[in-house]
Amino acid sequence: MNTPLRRVGMAMMVMIVLLLGNATWVQVINADEWRKNPYNKRVLLDEYARKRGLITVADGTVIADVKETTDRLRYLRTYNNGPVYAPVTGYLSVTYGTSGMERAENDLLNGSDDRLFARRVSALITGRDPVGGNVQLTLDSKVQQVAYDQLTAKGFTGSVVAIKPSTGEILAMVSTPSYDPNRLASHDGNEQQAAWKELTAKGNGNPLINRATQGLYPPGSTYKVVVAAAALADGKGKDTQYTAAGTINLPGTSNAPFPNFNGQPCGPGQTVSMETALAKSCNTAFGEMAAQVGKSKLTAQSNKFGFNDSDLKVPLSVETSTLGAIQDEAALYQSGIGQRDVRVTPLQNAMIAATIANGGKRMQPYLVSKVLGPDLKPIDETDPDELDTAMTTANAGVLRDMMIQSEINTGGEGRLANIQVASKTGTAEHGENVSQNKPHAWYIAFAPAQKPEIAIAVIVEDGGDRGLGATGGKVAAPIGRAVMNAYLAGR
Amino acid sequence: MLAFAAGLVTLALILVELNQERSLSLRIIYLGLAYLGLFACAHLAVRRWAPYADPAILPCVALLNGLGLVVIHRIDLAMEGTVFPDGSTWDPVAFKQVIWTAIGLLLFAATLKFLPDHRTLARFGYTFGLAGLVALMLPGVLPGFIAPEINGAKIWLRVGPLSIQPGEFAKILLMVFFAAFLVSKRDLFTTAGRRFLGMDLPRARDLGPLFAAWGVAVAVMVLQKDLGSSLLFFGIVLVLLYVATERAAWVVLGVGLFSGGAVIAWKLFTHVQQRVANWQDPIARYDVLGGGYQISQSLFGLATGGIGGAGLGAGRPEMIPEANTDFITAVIGEELGFVGFGALLLIYMVFALRGLRGAISVRDSFGKLLGGGLAFAVCFQVFIVVGGVTKLIPMTGITAPFLSYGGSSLLANYILVALLLRISAAARAPQRAPKPKPQQPAIADQHTVMVERPK
Repeated sequence: MNTPLRRVGMAMMVMIVLLLGNATWVQVINADEWRKNPYNKRVLLDEYARKRGLITVADGTVIADVKETTDRLRYLRTYNNGPVYAPVTGYLSVTYGTSGMERAENDLLNGSDDRLFARRVSALITGRDPVGGNVQLTLDSKVQQVAYDQLTAKGFTGSVVAIKPSTGEILAMVSTPSYDPNRLASHDGNEQQAAWKELTAKGNGNPLINRATQGLYPPGSTYKVVVAAAALADGKGKDTQYTAAGTINLPGTSNAPFPNFNGQPCGPGQTVSMETALAKSCNTAFGEMAAQVGKSKLTAQSNKFGFNDSDLKVPLSVETSTLGAIQDEAALYQSGIGQRDVRVTPLQNAMIAATIANGGKRMQPYLVSKVLGPDLKPIDETDPDELDTAMTTANAGVLRDMMIQSEINTGGEGRLANIQVASKTGTAEHGENVSQNKPHAWYIAFAPAQKPEIAIAVIVEDGGDRGLGATGGKVAAPIGRAVMNAYLAGR
Repeated sequence: MLAFAAGLVTLALILVELNQERSLSLRIIYLGLAYLGLFACAHLAVRRWAPYADPAILPCVALLNGLGLVVIHRIDLAMEGTVFPDGSTWDPVAFKQVIWTAIGLLLFAATLKFLPDHRTLARFGYTFGLAGLVALMLPGVLPGFIAPEINGAKIWLRVGPLSIQPGEFAKILLMVFFAAFLVSKRDLFTTAGRRFLGMDLPRARDLGPLFAAWGVAVAVMVLQKDLGSSLLFFGIVLVLLYVATERAAWVVLGVGLFSGGAVIAWKLFTHVQQRVANWQDPIARYDVLGGGYQISQSLFGLATGGIGGAGLGAGRPEMIPEANTDFITAVIGEELGFVGFGALLLIYMVFALRGLRGAISVRDSFGKLLGGGLAFAVCFQVFIVVGGVTKLIPMTGITAPFLSYGGSSLLANYILVALLLRISAAARAPQRAPKPKPQQPAIADQHTVMVERPK
């Protein structure tokens, strides 16, 4: 009986070896496939259970904090002043993933970024849990707060972006309506779910969208500064004359009027200068100017300002601003006043203002000024990066002077005392039925005009509180002025 | 070795507490001491009543049982406060399992004390066989109020607050019966039938017991929907037959019969089809009710654990349904990694092979057969459950010996260990001194005899 017993012993060993072999396959060789399966929440949960890095603004105020908890996830993400910063910080939710900076800088915040490698190794040796690095933003807490308050005071839907022209630092990035990311970061699954349902419900204004980078709007008359820049580059000057007619027919049509605001002529004579046309925001003159510059030069000029740059990251990803197809001359006329198919993000428009303010040099806009280790020692600092020369310094100066005239010509409240502002307003029609849709109110500006320290773009969707009668000057300009004032008053 | 096992288990417990609660309490020392005390008693029982027993078996069992306790406690911590869809909350079971361990060890000591010679069992072979058969079939045929269907299997008996799985005990009872039966009827089975394809086929009428076993296995599969026990039971019978007769033909026939039965079952029963489909592609059936969720989670856990494991207390066993019974090895694989998982399998192997070693060296046929069967049963059960958890074979739902939560399984396995120890003690006991030979007359006084020439 011993021979079969020995054989049974062999069979038992074979079974164990088979199990070991299969365990090797599942746990070692083929492990990655199972580990990375989208159904596998383990890796994700581990990430959440790690002490995540903080997000601070320029003055060191913490806007995304962590709190140790007693539950399984161990660390709770908390957001201070959540709605004000939510478009930038985004949210961190076990169920709904991440957005904003939480997503863009996820590797760094959760401690898996290569720049933290040395610290990870030492953590491994000392047996401490790996900890995430901290992110310091360029946001100025005062400017951000004023911008948010200005938009929410009257319940506006819109966005404000402020950039420091000389470096590209983003000083403020606000989008309204906003939301409180704390609810999505809650460790209570029901709370998360309730918040998510509420925030994604129809009719609640899409608060989860960061309009500053994701919203695409027709720029309206604010685009005229790009047309003017193209004309200046083409050898025209601020005194070059254009038609002053109140209404013209679109080329190639017999009965398609292309009017100025309210159909009024731009001046007493047959023609007006570029400067006056910009100051009074005359559509006929700029339609003619765009047609003279031509599609290719206008496109080139727009690209130099940052259009069609699909790689732009701040490091939040930014929707690409575009000119549209511009199939005929009529489309060129309409595009020349920022209508038809021209679409820009508020960030793009702020970048145009900042580029003009910076003497034509376009700086890479950025939100992260410093990356700090868990011990708050700086690991990495962002250096300003010049992307392109959009205009010559001289032309930028001419455009600036014209924009100063435009500001003088613009109505609205809240003019800054003692500070010279260069600006351009826009009142952008949108949608199918132009006469029924309330226009978007735009304002782009920089100040002080001679030595710019802040450039901004403001958009208020659907005319804000002024409805069909809204203009950029009446609705958006006061907000922009208040934001610039908040920044400049402190220095 | 026992102290070493106790040390390991206490260390594991400390790690669990550290990872889960972030604090240590004196409780751990008490638990560690209690554990050491329990097994010290078991050890003394072995020294007292089976002094020549194999010294490696009990420490293996102690380590497995201790690890099981730690992991069950660890799953309790993970599930703490969980509210199930029906409103009930998670009921911590680690303490119950400690009680079961104590009872199991008592039963273990009692078996050693009152069974000084395993051959006694052979005398009650038929009684055991009947009892085993009844126990095995009972839950299948009894009405639902005392034999409820839990998780699709009808293998429990509910008596008051206790649920018992009689099948666990039936396993041992039937093994004793088969060993006794086969030893007494051994000659019958070795009688050759016709030769076919180079094998000696048994005579048709001798196939009776095999068919009976097959019938029981199929009945278990059908009535109780318990694939694992059915497979385990049939495998044990086959091995016993093979060892008793030394005929490979039995194995071939048996495997053929079982495969046939399995295919027919697969064609007829949806719960068998489900298991197979879950095994083939767990991810594809992830969201299906009764689908691949459990096996997927098990594989996710194992793979995420990787080589080194997540660390005790740092995995996510709460994501695997039935983590503290059938899928407890998946939790160990996740938290201790491939290294710990491999070690676990090797402990099982050492345990089973030491048992088999005893069976090989014991001198009586009954002991050999019973010991071989018991050792194989442990190993085969591990193969079925771990194979199911790691997607080597379809998941059939069976407990991992000594690890899984469950009183019946633990008690039955402690009896099994006691029997193995008893057999190994018999094998290793020094031969009784041979009777002194009658004084031989001096060479000179012997007669001259005719001696056969050495061949």
